[in-house]
Amino acid sequence: MTTNVSEQFHAVGEDIHDTKAPAGPIERRWDERKFSTKLVNPANRRKLSVIVVGTGLAGASAAATLGEAGYHVKSFCYQDSPRRAHSIAAQGGINAAKNYRNDGDSIYRLFYDTVKGGDFRARESNVYRLAQVSVNIIDQCVAQGVPFAREYGGLLDNRSFGGVQVSRTFYARGQTGQQLLIGAYQALERQIAAGTVEMNTRHEMLELIMIDGKARGIIVRDMVSGEIETHTADAVVLATGGYGNVFFLSTNAMGCNVTATWRAHRKGAFFANPCYTQIHPTCIPVSGDYQSKLTLMSESLRNDGRIWVPKKAGDDRAPSDIPEDERDYYLERIYPAFGNLVPRDIASRAAKYQCDAGKGVGPGGLGVYLDFADAIARLGRHEVEAKYGNLFDMYAQITGENPYEQPMRIYPAVHYTMGGLWVDYDLQSNLEGLFVAGEANFSEHGANRLGASALMQGLADGYFVLPYTIANYLADGPYEKIDDSHPEVVAARTAVEERIEKFLSINGTRTVDSFHKELGQIMWDYCGMERTEEGLIKAISMIRDLKADFWSNVKVTGVNEELNQTLERAGRVADFFELGELMCIDALNRRESCGGHFRAESQTEDGEALRHDDEFAYVSAWEFGEEQPTLRKEPLEYEYVEMKSRSYK
Amino acid sequence: MNITVRVWRQKNADDKGRMVTYGVENVSEHMSFLEMLDVLNEQLTLAGDDPIAFDHDCREGICGMCGVVINGIAHGPEVTTTCQLHMRSFEDGAVIDVEPWRAGAFPVVKDLVVDRSAFDRIIQAGGYISAPTGSAPDAHAVPVPKDDADHAFDAATCIGCGACVAACPNGSAMLFTSAKITHLGLLPQGQPERESRVIGMVEQHDHEGFGSCTNIGECTSACPKGIPLDTIAQLNRDLLGALAHGKA
Amino acid sequence: MAVSGLIMVAYLLAHMYGNLKAFAGPDSFNEYAHHLRTMLTPILPREGLLWIIRVVLLAAVLIHAYTAINLWRRNKKAAGYVGAKRYQTKQNKTGIQRSYASFTMRWGGVTIALFIVFHILNLTTNDIHPGGAADTPYGKLHNSFQSFWVLLAYTVAMIAVGFHLWHGFWSALTTLGQNYSAKRRDSFWNSAAIAIAALITIGFLAPPFAIYFFGLGG
Repeated sequence: MTTNVSEQFHAVGEDIHDTKAPAGPIERRWDERKFSTKLVNPANRRKLSVIVVGTGLAGASAAATLGEAGYHVKSFCYQDSPRRAHSIAAQGGINAAKNYRNDGDSIYRLFYDTVKGGDFRARESNVYRLAQVSVNIIDQCVAQGVPFAREYGGLLDNRSFGGVQVSRTFYARGQTGQQLLIGAYQALERQIAAGTVEMNTRHEMLELIMIDGKARGIIVRDMVSGEIETHTADAVVLATGGYGNVFFLSTNAMGCNVTATWRAHRKGAFFANPCYTQIHPTCIPVSGDYQSKLTLMSESLRNDGRIWVPKKAGDDRAPSDIPEDERDYYLERIYPAFGNLVPRDIASRAAKYQCDAGKGVGPGGLGVYLDFADAIARLGRHEVEAKYGNLFDMYAQITGENPYEQPMRIYPAVHYTMGGLWVDYDLQSNLEGLFVAGEANFSEHGANRLGASALMQGLADGYFVLPYTIANYLADGPYEKIDDSHPEVVAARTAVEERIEKFLSINGTRTVDSFHKELGQIMWDYCGMERTEEGLIKAISMIRDLKADFWSNVKVTGVNEELNQTLERAGRVADFFELGELMCIDALNRRESCGGHFRAESQTEDGEALRHDDEFAYVSAWEFGEEQPTLRKEPLEYEYVEMKSRSYK
Repeated sequence: MNITVRVWRQKNADDKGRMVTYGVENVSEHMSFLEMLDVLNEQLTLAGDDPIAFDHDCREGICGMCGVVINGIAHGPEVTTTCQLHMRSFEDGAVIDVEPWRAGAFPVVKDLVVDRSAFDRIIQAGGYISAPTGSAPDAHAVPVPKDDADHAFDAATCIGCGACVAACPNGSAMLFTSAKITHLGLLPQGQPERESRVIGMVEQHDHEGFGSCTNIGECTSACPKGIPLDTIAQLNRDLLGALAHGKA
Repeated sequence: MAVSGLIMVAYLLAHMYGNLKAFAGPDSFNEYAHHLRTMLTPILPREGLLWIIRVVLLAAVLIHAYTAINLWRRNKKAAGYVGAKRYQTKQNKTGIQRSYASFTMRWGGVTIALFIVFHILNLTTNDIHPGGAADTPYGKLHNSFQSFWVLLAYTVAMIAVGFHLWHGFWSALTTLGQNYSAKRRDSFWNSAAIAIAALITIGFLAPPFAIYFFGLGG
């Protein structure tokens, strides 16, 4: 094997072999693990404390369940209420292998689809467990009062989602994430009222406290008073979401950030597969340089909409003035079998190529048409309205255009990040006592997440996996009590305070947002839908320059002892620089195309993604180093699903 | 377009606060209202002034974090969240007044940011179904009539933004409270705690210092999610029923 | 608030029915007034029922006023005023959809209360008798409405009652849980409130206007 060009930027360490998954038949592994975990006497539980950072699906469900079990839980979120975490924005649905449709679904099929959909870069054991507990999630949510869509008989409705052949997706109109999160939030509030969970809103985690090799607490900033607080516990759970905002423009909420996981990474936690980012093809395009975020529209639009661009580059006629024979329905042309329904990454990349060729439409030429004229002619406006009315309204609200009369414009946007902190089968990171759940961990989605699987994973982690595995860890506790004067605590606090002091003292000439936008543009251009060796190397150097400029030229107004939103953002952007660099290094190392990662050098003659299973069937777990990161590979083995390449022609 | 914004500035909870006038030039009609504030904040930051603090997060109208009173109307002239309001709803040269939600139970934290934790405490007082993890029967064990499920869903779409309180001349949070009571009360799973829920939540609502409902209906007109007014009547029915059963 | 209000609405309807007897002539009217005092005798002493009604009504008025004052104080605090104003803007002072009626509940209520005092002194005790004192109920009525000022006070008060009921009747019913519509304007009880408000206002104003302008009973 030749030396990888990426190695100028990183070292290579020892492989990781033990992920703690039990051996034996895959369908027995989770039972085995549950049976082998140590139990905690109910009377002892209140003496054991757990910190849970983040209140999305994973965090809220974990905190509520641990509280119900009787542990002393401290929960944190940066929003003003735990109900606002960004899980709330998920539209589509949640998968579960209930087979209520009697259409041949099973736990095994959900497992199979997820491993295959993840492009063979996820662990079989974990994915199988996810499929197993998926059925419990639906039961749990219904019991909590989540108003899933129902049929006239009163039973739950299902739909097929993301090109899957079975109907296993449960949904609550286009607001499934909202309803699931509110269910978890209510369970959490119930525990707050019961006194088992102590809630800290408007608190942002800025540092992890490690003592004797164990995660023992966090340093947070009270975002209203600016006070730097120390919180200690027997274990720490990070459920802090994904890092899509490294691109500045994404479908993430404005506050989503990588700081909690990045701080943990800097304290020794491995960061796995950072380059796996999911780009969603049907978002509303950017309308100007003031754009602050992108809005997703459900993929279901591609079921009836036809995607096209003008055949001639630079054609700026109104869409209605472009005759049929001067339009290029490029997805239907290139992928006659799947047409407009090709997977997310293919649809996204194809749109990028059209725009790169100068055929893009709308402001800045960054958009393609999604045309419902044929659908309206075929089904009638009424039926189109019944199916997509809320999406059309949303589009009209944002763009001011009427999608019934002129085609929508769409463009891909960063949506989900499959990478995250490395965890073992117990969802414990390589740092003892540090557990990671939901999008924040490197997850069961491999290189690509299937639609309606993110909600499933967040709730699986929080309701059904962590409560068992964390109990196993806590059974050895309570650990030695930590005083605020412990040297490690003092060091962590001091580091946080000095960093804040630094931000406030630079008093440069550029705003935090201007740096963030520039970083986002670099990431989008070189570490976005298509990555090349040359581009990634260039991006690393650009990020380093920009980061240096940031630390000498950023302007952060105000003081620490107040609600200071500029200061909050400065800390987040500073961590995004470091993450962005690692993403580029990871992308550079992975000289193959798989799932959400496409290297231009690794494609078939037809321009399809080309995996190199012989060389890259591993999880890239990165260990932090001040000089350079170290790559630790966790080899992936497939005993149950045969590794195949996908084809959509 | 060029506009003038008059914004409520208040350094912290103890500060008296005042309206301050700013000019914003070259505003695109495609900007969202919050993006216009972003642009203004960039100007202020570069000039060394304190940018305007305002709450916001998802910017797609679902998290409920954003919300300001624009020209006297909660979330402004369109029936949507502030983040989904666009500058095309205003005319060139407009003078736009921007103020925080006003309510005794929503103290101002800074500028346009208010403390809405009272809402969480109302939920804590009974806005849930006690269903500990792992205790659930099969999801199909109890069928729910589609109409009930749909109506429960309509009420459950509340995003907890607080516009109802800001719009209500009485500073009442009845619409918020009744939305949760209706959501859970319509489902079979919510029946065992139905009476204790309404008593607990209404008590907490009053305890937080929210005003009383006088059925004016401004709440539902300002609600970005269109929570229907009959949820309040539903709350009243449940409350009267619970009181009749001596649950107070 | 709701229950005491509805008691008063019921009373007003009965009262209005009596007033309309004026169109049936002085005898009919006087006899009706007399009958009110002898109803249910000898089960009850003379004026017995009337006093029961008076006591219930007075209790309703006092409860209504007491809760209104409480509500007023509490809601003003809850609305988070900054000095004398809640919102500093001068735009959209009237909200999005709220009716004039809902604005005038408080001062309208005060106006009505003051009118009731005048009304009792005028037509019950006849201590105030602008058109000359009279012995019969019909005489009191007829004499009073010879005066333009009495007619004006009466008209203002009845319009205030109309507005008060337009919002109040709807509000009372919905407080008792009787609204099944997503929007107020679609509710049956909102329409009913408008109808009752109009009926009562017109019903009460008909006799005085007939007396003043058309010389009814003159």
